[in-house]
Amino acid sequence: MTMAQGRSTRQLRRLVLASVTGGFCTACADAPLNYMYGHGPAASSIARLGWWLVIVSAVVVAIVTILVVAAALRRPAAREPMALEGIGAHGGLSWIYIGGLLLPALILILSFALTLGSLHATTRPPRDPVATVQIIGHRWWWEVRYVDRDPTKTIVTANEIHVPVGQPVRLELTSADVIHSFWVPQLAGKTDVIPGLTNVAWLQADRAGVFRGACTEYCGLQHANMNPIVIAEPLMAFQTWVAAQRTDAATPTDPDAAAGQLVFQKSTCATCHAIRGLETLGRVGPDLTHLASRLTLAAGTLENTRGNLAGWIANTQALKPGNDMPVMTLAPNDLQALLAYLETLK
Amino acid sequence: MATSTVPAPLGERLTRIWETAPGLYGVIATVDHKIIGRRYLVTAMVFLVLGGIEAAMMRAQLAAPDMHLISPEVYNQIFTMHGVTMIFWYAAPILSGFSNYLWPLMLGARDMACPRANALSYWTFLMSGIFLYTSVPLGQMPDRGWFAYAPLTELAYSPGLNMDFYAIGLTFLSVSTTVGAINFIATLFKTRAPGMSLNRLPIFVWGTLTTSFAIVFAMPALTASCALLFLDRRVGTHFYDAALGGSPLLWQHLFWSFGHPWVYIVVLPAMGIISDLLPTFCRRPLVGYTFVAMATVTTGILGFGVWVHHMFATGLPATAMSFFAAASMVITIPSAVAVMSWLATMWLGRPVFKTPMLFAAGFIVLFVIGGVSGVATAAIPFDWQLTDTYFVVAHLHYVLIGINVFAVMAGFYYWLPKITGRMMSASLGRWNFWLMFLGFGVGFFPMHTLGLLGMPRRIYTYHAGMGWGWQNLWVTVGAYVFALGVAVFVYNVIWSLVRGEAAGPNPWDGPTLEWATPSPPPPYNFAVIPTVGSRHPLWEGRLDETESRSQLARGPVLDAGRDTFGTTPLDAEPDEILRMPEDTVWPFLLSLSILVICYGLVTGVIWLGIAGAMALLVTIAGWFWPQPSMTPADGEV
Amino acid sequence: MATAANPYLLPINPAERKNPGWWAMVLIITTEAMLFAYLLFAYFYLGSMANTPWPPSGRPELKLVIPNTIILIVSSGTMWWAESGIRAGSQWRLRSGMLITLLLGIVFLAIQGIEYSRKNFAMQSNAYGSLFFTITGFHGAHVFVGLLFNVVVQLRAWLGHFTAERHLAVTNAAMYWHFVDVVWLVVFTSLYLAPHVM
Ligand code: HEA
Ligand code: HEA
Ligand code: HEC
Ligand code: CUA
Ligand SMILES: [Cu+2]
Repeated sequence: MTMAQGRSTRQLRRLVLASVTGGFCTACADAPLNYMYGHGPAASSIARLGWWLVIVSAVVVAIVTILVVAAALRRPAAREPMALEGIGAHGGLSWIYIGGLLLPALILILSFALTLGSLHATTRPPRDPVATVQIIGHRWWWEVRYVDRDPTKTIVTANEIHVPVGQPVRLELTSADVIHSFWVPQLAGKTDVIPGLTNVAWLQADRAGVFRGACTEYCGLQHANMNPIVIAEPLMAFQTWVAAQRTDAATPTDPDAAAGQLVFQKSTCATCHAIRGLETLGRVGPDLTHLASRLTLAAGTLENTRGNLAGWIANTQALKPGNDMPVMTLAPNDLQALLAYLETLK
Repeated sequence: MATSTVPAPLGERLTRIWETAPGLYGVIATVDHKIIGRRYLVTAMVFLVLGGIEAAMMRAQLAAPDMHLISPEVYNQIFTMHGVTMIFWYAAPILSGFSNYLWPLMLGARDMACPRANALSYWTFLMSGIFLYTSVPLGQMPDRGWFAYAPLTELAYSPGLNMDFYAIGLTFLSVSTTVGAINFIATLFKTRAPGMSLNRLPIFVWGTLTTSFAIVFAMPALTASCALLFLDRRVGTHFYDAALGGSPLLWQHLFWSFGHPWVYIVVLPAMGIISDLLPTFCRRPLVGYTFVAMATVTTGILGFGVWVHHMFATGLPATAMSFFAAASMVITIPSAVAVMSWLATMWLGRPVFKTPMLFAAGFIVLFVIGGVSGVATAAIPFDWQLTDTYFVVAHLHYVLIGINVFAVMAGFYYWLPKITGRMMSASLGRWNFWLMFLGFGVGFFPMHTLGLLGMPRRIYTYHAGMGWGWQNLWVTVGAYVFALGVAVFVYNVIWSLVRGEAAGPNPWDGPTLEWATPSPPPPYNFAVIPTVGSRHPLWEGRLDETESRSQLARGPVLDAGRDTFGTTPLDAEPDEILRMPEDTVWPFLLSLSILVICYGLVTGVIWLGIAGAMALLVTIAGWFWPQPSMTPADGEV
Repeated sequence: MATAANPYLLPINPAERKNPGWWAMVLIITTEAMLFAYLLFAYFYLGSMANTPWPPSGRPELKLVIPNTIILIVSSGTMWWAESGIRAGSQWRLRSGMLITLLLGIVFLAIQGIEYSRKNFAMQSNAYGSLFFTITGFHGAHVFVGLLFNVVVQLRAWLGHFTAERHLAVTNAAMYWHFVDVVWLVVFTSLYLAPHVM
């Protein structure tokens, strides 16, 4: 259908949602995790099912509420308030036959049929996926790997997944510790990330853009700050990104950054963080090879700016209490140098 | 009218036989179901307030984005304590309280079938709660959510004592729940008044009966899962440890195959409360009694076949999940039957809006909202979006507060006059209702939209950019209004105790047996054991029901000892006389020794555990040593 | 003749099926049986999920368990003999029968202990070990409770508390013992025999 129609139906739906949710939903538009409008085949199919269920529910609730209120207003209290009605114990069963058995059965059968339809549409991608991304849940960040037959071409990054627009991408989800759940609502539903299992999911974005996600299985202290993002971009852009990510970190030219690189290597950073190109193979924390190319720090906790980066290093425990990175106390000029270096990791 | 006027000497004799011994001894030794029931009600309400205070703290933290009132550690502990307290130490025990108090009165008996077991189930309930809450001063409250998914609960990820309090505390409580359930079943099969045949039971009794059977079959799943968790943590087994052949999903299957039956356990009796008070306030019998009774039982049974709907996102095969989705939709049919029966009763009767009726009406609306949101989550793909968002939080509060708390409020306003002998204030009652109803709507409806806007549950804070801010403010405000409603209720209870006018035996002109006794009922409940002839003993002759007549005024008095009739399971024909036990301290001591064992287990102090176990054996032996009073004297048959 | 106190000349606390205590026992046994059902579910679930051979330590040895199983079955028989004895009013059948049952039960536990000591794996080795020792251990604990039950009832038997009409405690002890026995047969089949046929 055309963009114009798309927009008008969307406005219509917003209107309905607004009415069924008692006008609470002016916020919908600017809620990045709102999944009542999907931007991928899976999410859209689910959204359609969702709208059906929401509207049916609203109707059922409306009918019952009206019946209750009407029953309350219907009759004037008799003169003798607690007098018994002269009616027998029987009668009224048609309410149960029709309202209790027949109608619900019909609605439910229909709902179940739509459920199976949507299930069919969402469990398999429309075409074969163009890429496979391994996603490994850690407390409390996501390790992201694009595997390639040639290991030197494998990409390792964190908390940020790039996908080509209009193409299904296969996800292999595993956990390094406890159960997490991977969720990017505007593209697809949740899949749990369970230690000992590899769950397979897929997602596809129908338009370019940044799609926020969240960890949605309670995983401890920082469950609230374990939010991945998916960046969907045209095929060309995606490929250039891949090419860039495959390169090792460039050795810095400007003296400041070069000093920073030394700081990074002598201070403990290197024991936990890998930067391809240096002999630092720490796997405890995210791979920092192309840190500067990412939008967020520490799984969506902070925007990736120099200031935040400094803050993160100087007192991570204040910004993301309990996360596995210790507070790094560095001499001011060391810190500045380090920042200069990290900023070169494009 | 039907209430029997007791000749004084008989009343005194029966009182002497049945009343609890005075003084401290009586306090811990009583086996009177009315005293035990009252204690259940009060204790459970205390837990509601505790859980509510925890909720109030959570709401303060969540009122606005990026708040720092509460650290993540504390937040995780209070939301877990909130859920655990409400689900396990409030929602089910409060209903046991009503059942304990009302069953013998409704069934025309003088006590429960096993009065000492009844005392035991209360003491274990109280002491398990005390055990759980000792984690508070230690700052080691359970903090992994009320369904505590492994492996997050394993020692590697939860080194503190927090989850030991969870595992041991729940196992301790399951003793109370199981003993209680067994007692209800035995009571139903043995101590109904002559003529109280199955088709004359109040729906509330059907509810508790179904619930009790569900407990007998479901509770062991929780006990097993908690026992295995404890072994994993303290003995080093690997049940939930994927690295050595265990599986995190084992916990989920065990927990939810208990957990879903449980959610019906905490509502079926509550639905019964509504089904039984509607006739009184609609001035006509319940429409489709048999349908509602059957719906209750069916729900209880189907409840065992849907647990996987809590695991839709775990990557199970689609065909398997479809079965459980279908089951979850089928289970709505019996609920629909009940709702329609209530509506029909209101329409074919003449609703009189006393306070209990207000709550009943509110209950119906909230039940349906909570129910349909359940159906939405049963649609697998949509659940992939809804699960673990505030939509589920909305669902569970609409069902738990809507079906449980509102029914409990209705129940209090309906039966408290029977329990205390004094009416509650109607005007305060209206304040109570509207504060709770509006507060609930304002506070909990937005949770649906928050869920649809993607707000995950169990997060201690959220960023401003997420578009959840001001709806959360609504939620907090509404929650506090709701809490105020609860406060008004508490005040109303106290008010009625000091000011409330005397209720008399049957203030609402109710149809069932409990209203045939004075308010409050004497220790022996009924001076003469009634003979029941219909479903509405106190309405007979005023309804054109063609059923035989009940006898309430004349009949056997059984005043040779603590005697009541034992009747046949189905038709309630008297076939023996049950001589009830005297007051006894064994149940109290038994619970105490279990408490000692639990502290021994949690602290790992072996001798404490052993001491407790020894005490346990002694008390059990003492308990089952024959009581002279219970074996008939010579001459008696 | 019928008085208001005892209108239909009904028996007082007759110690048979009718009694609440009997219902309570039946229900306790039901919920205990469910407990074992859930534990066995855990066993089969983990077994079906296992990607290593199951049981990892090879098929369990049967040399000791088979005789031990027979001992337990026999003990059920002696228990039955004791109970039917008291129903026929015979004190000595009650006493001797329960005594033999007690001894057989103790022997069963002893042999089970030897069986444990021969295992080449422990609770902590892997999930199978955890399951094996937990399930058989839970059963062993139930046998132990059954024995305590037996001791108390036996004491009362020697004190002559029971008559042909009044022996609910005996009936309950017997019921519990038969239950423990049946559970063992299920455990035995699942943990010991099944690996040999599957
Ligand atoms: C208090 C008890 C209670 C009750 C009665 C219910 C009732 C139902 N519940 Fe709910 N449920 C919970 C307590 C309860 N639930 C809790 C506590 C959780 C969360 C656990 C956690 O994660 O913390 C939960 C979670 C939960 C989930 C998992 C959500 C998730 O985590 O992803 C699902 C999924 O299917 C579900 C389904 C249902 C269904 C189908 C019903 C049905 O029984 C509802 C039937 C009733 C009606 C539908 C209304 C009356 C019917 C009509 C008026 C007829 C017309 C209606 C239609 C035709 C639709 N529930
Ligand atoms: C019967 C069950 C029940 C009840 C009644 C409630 C009641 C409330 N609950 Fe709920 N809740 C659950 C069961 C229940 N809850 C469960 C099972 C969970 C899931 C937990 C988990 O995820 O593990 C949950 C989770 C849950 C969350 C999600 C937490 C999270 O995921 O991060 C929230 C958030 O707002 C919340 C809020 C509330 C509020 C505001 C109330 C209010 O209704 C409370 C109102 C206050 C009171 C009723 C008492 C306070 C009154 C006073 C202090 C004054 C009166 C007293 C005197 C005068 C003495 N609850
Ligand atoms: C003990 C291990 C450890 C050490 C040492 C350590 N880090 Fe980290 N670091 C982590 C972990 C774990 C995370 C992920 C935290 C989270 O998001 O929960 C992290 C996250 C980060 C991030 C954000 C990465 C992203 O993609 O969002 C940066 C940048 C970072 N660390 C830089 C540093 C620097 C610079 C140093 C040294 C001065 C350092 N770290 C030392 C463990 C460590
Ligand atoms: Cu990871 Cu929640
Ligand atoms: Cu459920």
